[in-house]
Amino acid sequence: MSEQNTTDETPSADAPRGTTLSRRRAITLAGVGVAGVAGVAVGAGALVRDSDRAGANEGVAAGAVPFHGEHQAGITTPAQDRLHFVAFDVITKDRAKLVALLQEWTAAAARMTAGKDAGVIGAVGGMPEAPPDDTGEALGLPPSQLTLTIGFGPTLFRDAQGRDRFGIADRRPAALADLPHFAGDALRPEISGGDICVQACANDPQVAVHAIRNLARIGMGVVSVRWSQLGFGRTSSTSRAQDTPRNLFGFKDGTANLKAEDAGLLREQLWAQPGDGQDWMTGGSYLVTRKIRMLIETWDRTPLAEQQQIVGRTKGRGAPLGKGDEFEEPDFATKGDDGEPVIAETAHVRLAHPAQNDGARLLRRGYNFVDGSDGLGRLDAGLFFIAYQRDPRKQFVPIQTRLSRHDAMNEYLRHVSSAVFACPPGVRDAADHWGRALFG
Amino acid sequence: MRTTRFVMLAATGVLAVTGVTACGADTDTKTAKAGNAVKVKATDTVCEVDVTELNAGQATFSVTNNGSKVNEFYVYAPGDRVMGEVENIAPGLSRELRVELPPGTYETACKPGMSGRGIRGALKVSGSAATVAPDAALSQATASYQRYVQSQTGALLTKTEEFVAAVKAGDVAKAKALFPVARTYWERIEPVAEIFGDLDPKIDGREEVVEEGMPFTGFHRIEKDLWATGDISKDGPIADQLLTDVKEIVAKANAEKLNPLQLANGAKELLDEVASGKITGEEDRYSHTDLWDFSANLEGSKAAIAALRPALEQRSPELVKQLDTEFANVEATLGKHRADDGWKLHTALSKTELKELSDSINALAEPISKVAAVVAR
Repeated sequence: MSEQNTTDETPSADAPRGTTLSRRRAITLAGVGVAGVAGVAVGAGALVRDSDRAGANEGVAAGAVPFHGEHQAGITTPAQDRLHFVAFDVITKDRAKLVALLQEWTAAAARMTAGKDAGVIGAVGGMPEAPPDDTGEALGLPPSQLTLTIGFGPTLFRDAQGRDRFGIADRRPAALADLPHFAGDALRPEISGGDICVQACANDPQVAVHAIRNLARIGMGVVSVRWSQLGFGRTSSTSRAQDTPRNLFGFKDGTANLKAEDAGLLREQLWAQPGDGQDWMTGGSYLVTRKIRMLIETWDRTPLAEQQQIVGRTKGRGAPLGKGDEFEEPDFATKGDDGEPVIAETAHVRLAHPAQNDGARLLRRGYNFVDGSDGLGRLDAGLFFIAYQRDPRKQFVPIQTRLSRHDAMNEYLRHVSSAVFACPPGVRDAADHWGRALFG
Repeated sequence: MRTTRFVMLAATGVLAVTGVTACGADTDTKTAKAGNAVKVKATDTVCEVDVTELNAGQATFSVTNNGSKVNEFYVYAPGDRVMGEVENIAPGLSRELRVELPPGTYETACKPGMSGRGIRGALKVSGSAATVAPDAALSQATASYQRYVQSQTGALLTKTEEFVAAVKAGDVAKAKALFPVARTYWERIEPVAEIFGDLDPKIDGREEVVEEGMPFTGFHRIEKDLWATGDISKDGPIADQLLTDVKEIVAKANAEKLNPLQLANGAKELLDEVASGKITGEEDRYSHTDLWDFSANLEGSKAAIAALRPALEQRSPELVKQLDTEFANVEATLGKHRADDGWKLHTALSKTELKELSDSINALAEPISKVAAVVAR
């Protein structure tokens, strides 16, 4: 957390005039009849803000995550419970329009992550003839640790015909390379890729959905939603303060994840460093998303011992096979009575482990998803895999190449969507905005 | 055919400007004449209106809620036609309703708890209707749009007559060719056509929106017979009824004067129509001639905005520029799908092409949604 907060200001200190009512306070006040109109007076707003802060005794899960900082929030931030991830296509050819949208989005993101309405007027209290500048479904809800994390896809730099779309083609980082085809990929183009992504994570699904919905609304005419994905239930922990959660196979997932506390490893494995390539990405990170359908029903018919063989960990405690505790290092050398390794050559944990990948690691913060059922009575469910890293060419690509060839789990998986994005460093302050260094 | 949402808005009447001060944008004070400032004290059981006679023109009602329930205040014309309303007045709050009232008899109503008929009172407005419409550019808009409506209703009547004649003659091919043409004039003026309650569903109702006990009639019933079965031998009475209904609506539409706010909302609702019904191919599910309706809705929306243009140019030239750009963009995008004298079938467009159309409509609908507030201020 400290990594991303170094230049943080209080979220409300930099808010534009008349913007200081939090959603919750606005409702309370309207009920009392003091200020049914938001933004009616700066002085009144300021009072509210102070009393709001003084009275802030909500749990951590309901609180706000600072939006400004050295790095974007939503990466090492302890993984929240809910996800709404969206990929946009940019539909304008006008660079100035795109930059103006990024500025408008940044202001809305700063407001929403602080628990406020997306716009300065708000969901209620504006002119009755005008559509509100916030959609309203998050009224009365706390910030819920909402984070909004933006990334830029390869197609923002050059289109499919190789044309430089916005005069930034020479700023495309080498690390933002298109992912290769992996064995078994069954990708659907309409839910893959995208020019710009925004990851919304929060502890309340309504807050995450509200954020994406409002960004999409603000972006009408400049961007168009290409695909989006809801996730419930984090499948990784990004901090040692968090327990390791379970994925839909019922196994603990993300035990060996990069964690916020591993400062040295984060520098080495997560954040783009000076000299890595494009300066605008220094302090940023590269994001790979994969929507991985799990064939739940056949997995559920698999014997426990086989499930554990496939994963390489015990289902109960999540300990590496042959060990007793989740956080013990797996022993890949030891052989059982049958002469075979205790952790099979094709076990997921072996193939994915840093020791087997020249030390390459990922910061994973994926989410379980269930998109209803598939018409054959099967859950349309799986893992929306999210991984941040310093360079996918050295991290995700080699790891996934091994997994796609050898992982015994592949029998139960289908990769249906794939995307890669360059997530710039954090927005420093109220004068900064998403994409400023890239387009500056 | 749309939902009743627009009908409600249209019936809401003239410039119900409430909460204007909320956005801090309005500094001009179009103060009502001294005699037209009305104080309303509402409680949970009483609705005390301090004036029961007014001069025609703009009236300003200051409604104070001294009760314990959330309240609403309405001004009704005969038949409970809403002339203006202010909702959600929390206990202890005051809110203003500004409404333009031509001469006539009205009723005021407070609705504690925001339900029921409310607590009614009589209101008489006398004087000259000429005092209405204080803004010259805006009053032009009403007249200008009325001329547009009159220009369309003539063609609607002619083409519907031809269509009906073809149906009754059993000429399937000719009826099929005339179906999208006649509908073009209908779809262009839907904002005004929809004001008249039952006529709209009778003329343009889709099968699923017809209520229990009400026969499925109108354009879409004949469309189904033309394309799904090809048997229109029993459609004579339905065609006759269609013509009767269209004649009735034409007469009413020609006489109707839409106020500027209705025009602004009408322009937006036409695009919502496109976004929700035409892009998806729901409107003309048998003939797949949705792009004809798409184009007509777009033209109708543009006509309503054109009527408002002088006022918009005075008040928000930036918005006018944006509207021009986005109208041109939708027209260019739609223009790719022309075929002969008309349009390609909905089924001939790829998903990518439909997405592109949808994006262009969204890009236009966004600035159009801001027009009403500009008109109202």
